[in-house]
Amino acid sequence: MSEVIKTATRDAYGKALAELGAINDKILVLDADLSAATKTGVFKAAFPERFINVGIAESNLMCVAGGLSTVGFTVFASSFAMFAAGRAFEQVRNTIGYPGLNVKIGATHAGISVGEDGASHQCCEDIGLMRTIPGMVIINPADDIEARAAVFAAAEYVGPVYMRFGRLAVPRINNEDYKFEIGKAVKLKDGDDLTIIATGLMVSRAIEASEILSEAGINARVLNIHTIKPIDREAVIAAAKETGAIVTAEEHSIIGGLGAAVAEVVSETVPVPVLRVGVNDTFGCSGPGAELLDVFGLNAENIAARAKEALKMK
Amino acid sequence: MDANVIKQLKITACKVRIGIIEGVYNAKSGHPGGSLSAADILTYLYFYRMNIDPNNPAMQDRDRLVLSKGHIAPVLYSVLAHRGFFPVESLKTLRKCDSFLQGHPSMKLTPGVDMSTGSLGQGLSVAAGMALGAKLSGKSFKTYAILGDGEIQEGQIWEAAMFASAKGLDSLTAVVDNNNLQIDGTLTEVNSPYPIPEKFEAFGWNVVEIDAHDFEEIHAAFENAAACSGKPTAIIAKSVKGKGVSFMENNYKWHGAAPNTEQYETAMNELKAALAELEA
Repeated sequence: MSEVIKTATRDAYGKALAELGAINDKILVLDADLSAATKTGVFKAAFPERFINVGIAESNLMCVAGGLSTVGFTVFASSFAMFAAGRAFEQVRNTIGYPGLNVKIGATHAGISVGEDGASHQCCEDIGLMRTIPGMVIINPADDIEARAAVFAAAEYVGPVYMRFGRLAVPRINNEDYKFEIGKAVKLKDGDDLTIIATGLMVSRAIEASEILSEAGINARVLNIHTIKPIDREAVIAAAKETGAIVTAEEHSIIGGLGAAVAEVVSETVPVPVLRVGVNDTFGCSGPGAELLDVFGLNAENIAARAKEALKMK
Repeated sequence: MDANVIKQLKITACKVRIGIIEGVYNAKSGHPGGSLSAADILTYLYFYRMNIDPNNPAMQDRDRLVLSKGHIAPVLYSVLAHRGFFPVESLKTLRKCDSFLQGHPSMKLTPGVDMSTGSLGQGLSVAAGMALGAKLSGKSFKTYAILGDGEIQEGQIWEAAMFASAKGLDSLTAVVDNNNLQIDGTLTEVNSPYPIPEKFEAFGWNVVEIDAHDFEEIHAAFENAAACSGKPTAIIAKSVKGKGVSFMENNYKWHGAAPNTEQYETAMNELKAALAELEA
């Protein structure tokens, strides 16, 4: 078996922007002094005249992006998730969301796996924040292939999109010929005992969890929900109907994120147990990103354990 | 400026003020004070300065205006209505459930509104984005931002001021409607942003100070801005809050309050008398 390729989704983001810039001269990329980290620097190197650095001013970043979009540009605005969704929330809500402007927010360094920088930079609230904005599309890619596809799909889509990328290198789970569609869940493995619904870097861990469960004779379906809003209601309802129990897995607070979105759909349609694996309403801490995922229970073992609990509740 | 042109602008500004009072009175809420203080400048922009077409509000190369102090929507609506973007009669629907005239401007609902605003401090950044967009796409349109003097207490205004200057956005002109009053009292009582011209100068802007109700000075300021190369221009416009309605002038209580029927009639009588005098 060939070695698993590991890439951070932020790297795929930067490369995809440069690729997109070459075929679409209406693409502008804005950053707030983090272009080396967000990887928008890759675009900057290729198209310096279409890269704008606003400096350390995320509120201004989002509103300048909004203004540029009204002149006919497709604008990507980048910072860390903490500042893009956190600090600039109200600018995103009022100046991008409310008028429905064609701005794509590329938020990197999302979640606990930011690592050593610690809690101030580990944003586990961004999906929840963005989900409350009417009309906002939220995409949380699982690997580099999906991240690239998300960037191209976001550029094609007219309206605000929030994309969530990670700092940590994560295993590739998709093939080169992977077809991505905004709002469409991907069934990675079929099963009828329960469904694991995962997003972002937790998708590969959900696959591992299904293998652990399989050894115990439990047949888990695995769904990759890359688009958290609009959520693929059909796939969630089918999972509830056909498997009778759900475990969600995300590198985000258990409040407001994927788990919440899934529970909202399930409780109003086919009420079945929904157990959430995520950051349990707590701040992060410093440490190597990969280790922190274990510290916070964001691993296959914990997903498998929660799956067994969910099965008992059926 | 030609005396006849000034006379016509004064007449139009008076009609615009009548529209403001009509809207706010019918809505039983809204912001008359700052609407009245900015009425002359917005009249000048939409009736004299800006390249716009009421029959084609989304015209690609039109000049843009961002009403960063979005609460003075009544003056923007009144100007747009009188300019022919929609019927003047519709001003009476301001703030009603099924109206296209929201309490704060919505670009999706109202023809001629270039940006949705209302949350203070964001409009100058948006206008800077538009001006940068013009520069990057080789277009010659101008972008105007209307700021409140209290609004410049918002930190984001200074993020935008730094940005617009650093990027040399000379097609951008910001007007600070300096009526010296905000919701809780005078600017100095609340948290003084003075001296305002020096602050913009320190941020690298071309600065002009004018009387916000003198069309000669207004015209000269925008001519100055148009001639300035390499820098954005800030026009610090000394204005009277509530201008044109005697009992509203210089009284912060009229920042966000609607007149009752008696007050409405007094205001309308004053404005109609002023209009009759101008038209005589």
